Amino acid sequence: MNNQAEQGGGNPSSADGAAAQDFLLELRCEEIPARMQKGARSELEKLFRKQMEAAGVSLGQITTWSTPRRLALIARGLPTQTSSTCKETKGPRTSAPPQALDGFLRKTGLTQDQLEERGGIYYAVVKQPGMAIKDVLASAIPAIVRSFSWPKSMRWGAGSISTESLKWVRPLSGIVAIIGQDLVECDVDGIISSYATKGHRFHSPGNITIGGADDYAEKLRACHVIVDHSERETIIRSGAAKAAADAGMDLVQDEGLVIENAGLTEWPVPLLGRFEEDFLEVPPEVIQLTARINQKYFVCENAGALADAFICTANIEAADGGAAIIDGNRKVLAARLSDARFFWDVDRKKNLAQHAAGLERITFHEKLGSVADKARRVAKLAEWLANEGIVADCDPALARQAAELCKADLVTEMVGEFPELQGLMGGYYARAEGLGDAVADAIRDHYKPAGQGDEVPAAPVTIAISLADKLDTLIGFFVINERPTGSRDPFALRRAALGVLEILHRNQLRFSLSHAIEAGLAGFSPDLILDQAPDPELKDGQQHTGAKAVFTNLPNFFADRLKVQQREAGVRHDLIDAIFALGGEGDLVRLLARVNALQGFMDTQDGANLLAGYKRAANILKKEDWPSSSKTEEAALQTLDYTPEPAEKLLIEALATAQPKAVAAIDAEDFGAAMAALASLRAPIDAFFDEVTVNDDEENKRAARLGLLAQFRAAVQNAADFSKIEG
Amino acid sequence: MRMGAGTFHPATTLRALGPEPWNAAFVQPCRRPTDGRYGENPNRLQHYYQYQVALKPSPPDLQELYLKSLEVIGIDPLKHDIRFVEDDWESPTLGAWGLGWEVWCDGMEVTQFTYFQQMGGYDCKPVAGELTYGLERLAMYIQGVDNVYDLAFNRPSDGASSVSYGEVFLENEIQMSTWNFEVADTDALFDLFRKAVKECENCLAAKLPLPAYEQAIEASHIFNLLQARGVISVQERASYMGQVRDLARGSCEAYMARNADRWAEKFPGWAP
Repeated sequence: MNNQAEQGGGNPSSADGAAAQDFLLELRCEEIPARMQKGARSELEKLFRKQMEAAGVSLGQITTWSTPRRLALIARGLPTQTSSTCKETKGPRTSAPPQALDGFLRKTGLTQDQLEERGGIYYAVVKQPGMAIKDVLASAIPAIVRSFSWPKSMRWGAGSISTESLKWVRPLSGIVAIIGQDLVECDVDGIISSYATKGHRFHSPGNITIGGADDYAEKLRACHVIVDHSERETIIRSGAAKAAADAGMDLVQDEGLVIENAGLTEWPVPLLGRFEEDFLEVPPEVIQLTARINQKYFVCENAGALADAFICTANIEAADGGAAIIDGNRKVLAARLSDARFFWDVDRKKNLAQHAAGLERITFHEKLGSVADKARRVAKLAEWLANEGIVADCDPALARQAAELCKADLVTEMVGEFPELQGLMGGYYARAEGLGDAVADAIRDHYKPAGQGDEVPAAPVTIAISLADKLDTLIGFFVINERPTGSRDPFALRRAALGVLEILHRNQLRFSLSHAIEAGLAGFSPDLILDQAPDPELKDGQQHTGAKAVFTNLPNFFADRLKVQQREAGVRHDLIDAIFALGGEGDLVRLLARVNALQGFMDTQDGANLLAGYKRAANILKKEDWPSSSKTEEAALQTLDYTPEPAEKLLIEALATAQPKAVAAIDAEDFGAAMAALASLRAPIDAFFDEVTVNDDEENKRAARLGLLAQFRAAVQNAADFSKIEG
Repeated sequence: MRMGAGTFHPATTLRALGPEPWNAAFVQPCRRPTDGRYGENPNRLQHYYQYQVALKPSPPDLQELYLKSLEVIGIDPLKHDIRFVEDDWESPTLGAWGLGWEVWCDGMEVTQFTYFQQMGGYDCKPVAGELTYGLERLAMYIQGVDNVYDLAFNRPSDGASSVSYGEVFLENEIQMSTWNFEVADTDALFDLFRKAVKECENCLAAKLPLPAYEQAIEASHIFNLLQARGVISVQERASYMGQVRDLARGSCEAYMARNADRWAEKFPGWAP
C-alpha cells in the first residue's frame, strides 16, 4: 500500500496562501489517576498524529499537558485545508484467476472498470479531495477518544445501559476543540464540544470561555489551574525546598513524589508541618516510607538526620494559610507513625533467631522447601565461600550466623506492613539486639545489588551471604528446571545472575563456577536432584539428572547474562562467545579479563589481519577435511623431507616461538602477552599465503603445509575460538 | 444483618443489577471482627458505621453532589484539602469490581467513591455510583477530636452534656474483641457456616434470591469470625472464600432470572 500526495507541497501555509492556525483540544474528565497521566499525554499525541497523518495533514509543534481533571493538546500551525490525496493499492495480476480479482474488488469496494492496469497488474486508485481542517478535526476527535487506550477504563451514567457505551479512565465530561478561533463541532456519545471549560474545582467552580490555543493556559491560570504539568512540578519542587529551608531544614529530594503530587493537584501549595519528635526513634526509612507511600509527603533533614517535619502538597490556597490542612495531615501521619512505632516495639520483643523460627512456615518454593530451608542452605554455602578463601578475610562463623538470620525479618510485623523494607529492618533489629556491625550490615545489604546502579556489596561477610543467597536461588531453580523463558522470569533469576556478576567483578572474586555449583547442590536433598522433571530443551535420549543439567545450563545462563551486562560497557558479544567456547572457563573474572585482552587485540590491525589469516587457514583445512588434532600433532612432529620456501620457514619458526609463549602467558593469566605472541604470527601468515602454494603437486609438501596451517590454527584457537569472531 | 460493609447490603449489591433506576441512602452498621483492638486503638473498630449511597445510573454530577454533601455537614473545601486519589475496588467474593477513588480530606480517607462495573460476574448495565462515607472519621473531623471514643454521640437540646462514643461503644469493643478473638465457639461457627450454606442453596433451589442472598451474607460474616479465631488455615481459606463466592454469585444469578421477564418488558432489547 502506498500513500502519496497527488500534488506536491502540502505544507501548512502553502500554495493557497491561507494563514496556518493553531488547534486546541481539551478532554475534561473526573480525576485521572496520577500514575496514568504521563502515558495519557503521549497516547493523546500519538493518536492525534496518527489521525492527522491519515488525513494528510502535516504537523508542526505539538504540546500536551495534563492535570488530574484534563488532558490538553495544542498543535501549532495547522493548514486550513488538507491536500487532496491519492491512495493506490496494488491488486492481483491481470492473469490471476477471477476469484482473486473478485476478492480485491470486494476489499476495495470498486468495480473492475474503476481499476487501473499497469504492467499486467491491477491497481485501485482512490482519489480524495482536500478537506477543510475543521472537518478533518471534527471526525478525528471522536476517533481519538474512542480508540484511546487507558491502563483501566470504565463506563458510566445513563448511557452505560449498553456495554457499547463510551469508555474512559473516569467519566468524560467535556470537550473543548478550537481551531484558530473557530469551534470544531463534534459530538462524542452526547458530549458536545464547546468553548467552555471549568477552572479549579473549589476556587473557581463556574464555566470559563476559552478563545483558543493562545489564551487557554492563561485563562485557566486566572481560574487557579496550572495546566502545564511541568510547571506544577517546578512549583512543588521549589516550593517544598523553600518550605524546608524556611524551617531551617533540607528537603529530602524525591522526584517520584514531585510528579505524583503534580498529578494530584491543579494548584499545588506545598505546606510544611511537624510531627512529634518522639516518633524519630523509629528508623528513618520507615518514617520516610510511610510518609511517602501512604500520604505522599516529602520528609526533611536536619544536618543529615531525619527531621520531625513533613511537607504535604495541598490543592488549594486556603483562607487560613493552610493551618487547618497542616493540622489534619499531622493527625493522619501521627496515626500512621503510631502504627509503625507499635510494629517497631513489638518486633524487638523477639530476637532475630526467634523470628527466624517462623520461617519454617513460609514456603520459598513448593519444590525447594521453606524459607528456613533456604536460609540453612545459604548459611552452608556462605561458610564454604569463606572457608575456601574465595571471599577473603571473611570469618566463616560470622558468615554462617548472618546467613541464618538474614531472612528472619520477613516474619516481622514491620516487613509484613512494608515489604520493601526487607533486609533493612533485619539490619536494624540485628543491631538492636547487639549483634556486631559485620553481621548487621550483611543482613541489611544481602539483597544488594537490587538492580543496575544499586550499591554492590564490598564487606566480606556481606559478599559471602549476598553471593550465597543468589547462587542458591539460581542453582535451586535450575535444578527444578524453572528457567526464564522469553520475557517470563517470575523468580527474577536474570537479576540474581547479574547480581552475582556484579559482586564478582566489583570484588574480583576468583573461583570456578562448577565448584560453587557443586557446593551449592550439596544443600539440596539428593532426591530432589535425582528426581527431576524432564528438561524441555532436551530430547528424550539426552535427558540427564537435574544436577548434571545445572552444570551446563547455569554457566550458559551466566555467559548470556555476561553478554547483556558487558554490551553496555562496549564489549563485543562474539568475543565473549569466542572465549566461552573454549570450555572449562568457569572463572568469570578471568573470562572477562581474557575477553578484554582479546577485544584490545581485535581493535588493532594485527588482530584484524590475524583473524583474516585464521579464517583463510580454517577454510583451507575445512575444504581438505583436516579437522583432526592428532593429525596436527603428527604433522608437527615430522621433520620436513624437503627444503621449505623462505616464507614457509619463517612461519615454522614464528610458530615455534609464539606458540609456547602464548601458552605460558595464558597460564600466567597475562592475556595481553598472549595476544602479543599471537600478533607476532601476523606477518609470517600473511607472507605464507602470499608466497607459498599450499596445494603443491608434490603430496609430501602439500601434507606438510596443511599440517603447518593446522598448527597455526591450533595455536590461535588456544587463546580464543576465532571461528566465533565476526568480521 | 451482620456484614462487613454497606456494599454487601442487598440494596447495593442486588440493586446494582439490572436496568431499573435505583437511588438509595442508608446508615449501615458494619462488623469486621479482625479489625477489633479491644478499644485500645484511637480509630480502629470492629464495629462502626457507614453512610451508604447507591445511585443507578450514576448521575453526571455525582462528584458535585458528593462535595456539596461534605459542605452541608460542615467541611469547607476552601479551608480543607479535598482530593480524589485513585483507589479501585474489587471484591472477588461478590464477583464485582469498579473504578473510583478514596476521597481524602487533609490526607485522611473519609469516603470510598466507586463506579461499579461488574457485580456478581455481570456487567453493570447501567453503572451505579456508590459513595461510602466513614461516619466516625467524618465526625472526628467535624468535632476536632483525635480519638473516636471522645466523639460526642449526641447533642442534647437542653444544654445537658453529651454522651460520648466511648460511653456508648467502648465496652462493646472490648467485649466483642474478646469474643471474636478468644471466646467464640468455633465448632458452633463451623456449624453455622454449613447451615447458612445449606439454607442458601435451599433458597436458590426455590428460586428465592433475596433470602438466599441474606444467607450468603451470613456465611460471609461467619467466615470472618472464623478468620478472627485463627482456625482457618491458608489452604482452607481459598476453599471457604470460594464457597461464599458461589453463594453470592448464585444469588445474583437467581435475582437476574427472577426479574428477567419484567425487565424485558420494561426495557425492550435489554439483556444481561
